Amino acid sequence: MSADDSAPAPPTPASSAIRPDPVFTADAVFFWEGAARGELLGQRCAECLRLAHPPRPMCPHCHSIRREIIKLSGRGTVYSWILPHHPPPIGFSEPPIVALIELHEGIRLVSNVVDVPLERMRAGLAVEVIFAPTRGGHAVPVFRPEQGGAHA
Amino acid sequence: MPEFAAIAGIGQTEFSKRSGRGELQLAAEAAKAALDDAGLAPADVDGMITFTLDPSDEIGLIRCLGVKDLAFTTRIPGGGAASVATLHQAMAAVTSGIAESVLIWRAMNERSAYRFGQPMVPQQGGVVNVAGAGTGSLLWCMPFGAQTPATWESLAAQRYMSTYGVTNADLGHISVAQRKHAATNPAAWFYGKPITHAEHQQSRWIVEPVLRLLDCCQESDGGVALVVTSLERARDLRQPAVRIVAAAQSIPFDVEVISNYYHADLTVMPEAQGVARRLYAQSGLGPKDMQLAMLYDAFTPQVLKQLEAFGFCEPGEAKDFIKGGNIEIGGALPVNTHGGLIGEAYIHGMNNITEAVRQVRGAAVNQVKNVEHVLVSCAMAGAILGKV
Repeated sequence: MSADDSAPAPPTPASSAIRPDPVFTADAVFFWEGAARGELLGQRCAECLRLAHPPRPMCPHCHSIRREIIKLSGRGTVYSWILPHHPPPIGFSEPPIVALIELHEGIRLVSNVVDVPLERMRAGLAVEVIFAPTRGGHAVPVFRPEQGGAHA
Repeated sequence: MPEFAAIAGIGQTEFSKRSGRGELQLAAEAAKAALDDAGLAPADVDGMITFTLDPSDEIGLIRCLGVKDLAFTTRIPGGGAASVATLHQAMAAVTSGIAESVLIWRAMNERSAYRFGQPMVPQQGGVVNVAGAGTGSLLWCMPFGAQTPATWESLAAQRYMSTYGVTNADLGHISVAQRKHAATNPAAWFYGKPITHAEHQQSRWIVEPVLRLLDCCQESDGGVALVVTSLERARDLRQPAVRIVAAAQSIPFDVEVISNYYHADLTVMPEAQGVARRLYAQSGLGPKDMQLAMLYDAFTPQVLKQLEAFGFCEPGEAKDFIKGGNIEIGGALPVNTHGGLIGEAYIHGMNNITEAVRQVRGAAVNQVKNVEHVLVSCAMAGAILGKV
C-alpha cells in the first residue's frame, strides 16, 4: 500500500457521533481507512515480517521500506487503564475508560474499553475489538470484554 | 580546553498565574538576573540554549540583552525532557571550546496565555506536526479521550501502580512532602500553604485511579535562566561555582517522553536508567553519594519511578521509601526541597535545576546541611552538581 498525506473522504455524513476524528498522518492512513471499514489493520515488514506499531516508514530491524498491511486478530488483553475525569474529555458525553490494549500479536494500542463496569477493569482482562463512529464519519477501534465462548 | 564546566549564575522571574507581560520579557528578565548573579555582562554571552518548545526567539532575546557575538545556539526537543539536557549541552559546548559563556533560558505564560493541562484536540482532519514535542499523543490518544498530559502520564503509571500495589494514597506522601517544602519557600506559589494527607485524599480525581488534583504540577507563568561557563572562570566570578560533575541524556529505543506506551515494561523508566548509568560512570559516584535529589515531578508517579531508576531503592519499593519523612528536609534523601513543579511552579523543569544550584551553594531557603552532590533529573536527562 502506499501512504499519502491526504485523509480519506468521510464515507458518510456525520451521524450523532461526537467522538473526535482520528488524526491522519502519512504513515497511519491505512489504519484509519481500515477502521472506517470495520477492520483492525497493522503494519508488517515485508522483508523480516515483524510488526510495528505505531506505523513507520522503515523497519527498525532490517531497514526495509517495504511494508505490508495485515489484518489483526482484534483480540488481546488490558495492559493498563484509566478513567479521565477532569477536565472532561472533548467529544464524550461521559468519561470513557481509556486503556492500553496488548494484542495477541504482541503490539500495544491506546483505545477504549466499553460495555464494562469500572469495577471489572484489571490488567489481563480479555477483550475484543469493535468500532466506534467519530463525528466526521470516520471510525476508531475500541474494545469490549471478550464475549463468552469466543476463541482467538 | 577547559576540563570542567560550572554553573556561574541563576536567575528567575516571579512565578505566577498571570505575569502580565510577554514571554520574551520574562526570558530577558530571567536572563539578565542570571548574568547579574554571575557577575557577567550580556556581552560575555557567546552561547544560547533553550527548548524547541520555547516561544522566544534567539535574535529577539539578543536584541534585548545586547549580546554582541554569538558563537553557538541549539534547542532541545522533548518538552520538559529538555530541561536538564540544557546543562548537558552547555557542558559539551564549554568543555569543547565552542563557547565560553552559555546562557540557558525557558520562559512561558503557560497559565495565562495557554494551558498545558487542558485538552489539546487538533483541528478536524488536520495533519499535525508533533516533531520535538516528545509525544505521539495527538495521533494515537485524542480520539479515545486521552487529551491531556495528566491522562497520558496516568495510562503508563497505572501499570506501574497495579504491578506493585501502589495506590493514590501512597502518592499523597510525595505531594505532602513537596507542599511542606513549598510552604517555607517565599518564591513558591504555594508559600505558606502546606497540605495534609487527608486533604490530598479529599482532592478531586483528575484521572482515576492514578491522579488527584494534588498529584499534579501547576500551570505557571514565569522564566528561569542559568549561565554555564568553565569551572576555572566560574571560580573568579561573583557566586560560589557549582561544578557540573556529570551530565547526560538518554533516549532508549521505543521510549517517548509522555505517551510512553511502547517499550517492553512500563513499570520501569529505561530513559532514567540510561541517564543513571551514564552519570554514575562519568562521575564514579553512586546513589549513596547524593545528599539530595531534584526529580521532575509534573505528576507524582514520576518521582517513584525515578527514585527506582537512579538506584535510591529497589523496583517497587519507592512507595515505602517516600514515607516517614524520608524525602523531607532531615530525611535520608530530601527531594525537591523548594516544592518542585508541584509546589513552587511549573517552569518546565528548569526551577528544579536552580534549586539544586542553591543547595550546592548553601543558599537555599530550605537548606540541607553538608551538601556535596545533588542529583537533578528530568528522566531523559540528568546531572550531578557538586561543590568545588
